[in-house]
Amino acid sequence: MNARVKPRNILVDGLAQIGEAGLFLPTLLAAVPRSLRYFRETVRQIWFVGAMSLIIIMTSGLFVGMVLALQLYHVLAIFGGTASTGTVVALAVYRELGPVVTALLFAGRAGTSITAEIGLMRATDQLSAMEMMAVDPVAYVATPRFLAGVVAMPLLCCVFSAMAILGGHLVGVTWLGIDNGTFWSNMTSNVHVWKDVIDGVVWKSLAFGAVVSLISVHQGYTTPPTSEGVAYATTRTVVASSIAILALDFVLTAFMM
Amino acid sequence: MTQRRSYAVGTGLFIVLGFAALAYLATQTTTLVNMDGGATYSVTASFTNVGQLKDRAPVKMAGVRIGSVSSIQLDPKSLNARVTMDINKRFDQIPADSSASVLTSGLLGDQYIGIQPGGSPENLKNGSQIILTQSAIQLEDLIGKFLVNGSPNSKKGK
Repeated sequence: MNARVKPRNILVDGLAQIGEAGLFLPTLLAAVPRSLRYFRETVRQIWFVGAMSLIIIMTSGLFVGMVLALQLYHVLAIFGGTASTGTVVALAVYRELGPVVTALLFAGRAGTSITAEIGLMRATDQLSAMEMMAVDPVAYVATPRFLAGVVAMPLLCCVFSAMAILGGHLVGVTWLGIDNGTFWSNMTSNVHVWKDVIDGVVWKSLAFGAVVSLISVHQGYTTPPTSEGVAYATTRTVVASSIAILALDFVLTAFMM
Repeated sequence: MTQRRSYAVGTGLFIVLGFAALAYLATQTTTLVNMDGGATYSVTASFTNVGQLKDRAPVKMAGVRIGSVSSIQLDPKSLNARVTMDINKRFDQIPADSSASVLTSGLLGDQYIGIQPGGSPENLKNGSQIILTQSAIQLEDLIGKFLVNGSPNSKKGK
């Protein structure tokens, strides 16, 4: 690895990254009114980070729901409680797995490409060129991608969760033979719309979307303008996003309990 | 231009799909009991022991859910548990002398409040109190009594 981009002290470097990203957030938000002029760019970014991530999100959601139902059915059978398989699948997905797995996939699928794209723009002096043409690169490049991530993440999480429920239903009811009515009635009587669906699926994923987008855009925007720099920034987006998602998940859960 | 159009259409479809998924989650996998919040009236009852009863536990009559528990507090004077229940406005024909008991669904299931109808011509209103109550049966107490008294068969053996 290039000595120039290698951190000398992981702790100091990490703190500096958090601080820089935190300072970058007001810059991004201040550019929101100016970026409204480039509304079409924001729409295009929602299409790119959201709609293009649908296939991986839907497939993963389906399989997460299926494997949850399969595991839970056999564990709950020990206690004679297979009827609550649907409940446990729904609660696990809404409260934890939905937001967390969606955010991790989102960081891998969309976060990396945001970082690499902005990083290459930086490396090839496109951002400086925009400034020369009196186009604000924060308002035209950074903020639309950040906003797109914040909008797309909760929607992706909803799709993920819905697919997980369908996957759980497929395994639980169709394959393992839980009664269809029992499956749904048990779920509906134990899942709460505000405490589980809105708090988990919507608020948590909104927070994760903001954090992952901020990290991706910031890493791309401050990429050292070299090939190694772009590679390193992309890696760092995944590592930092994953740690941030899992740590923030614990904090948010502790507050929501 | 056509490419821009397809971005917009794709984005629109994605957003519609996301909200459709949210609507599906909210309506098909949960009970929207608290959504019609205005259409309930609250009734209180005091119990000497509520056992494992929790907030949002169902209130049932003849096995049908008619409302939910909104708060459980200790009455500082009588030292009884004071349970407030929100009952759906549709069920406003419950006699005022009905009794409430803390019951358990199944042997180890969740606890809920069961209401047995009385015979009074007057009905429960918002803010009224259910006088006749029966506390939760504590499994520990039952086991304790059994151990102290012994079973009838063991007494015969002596």
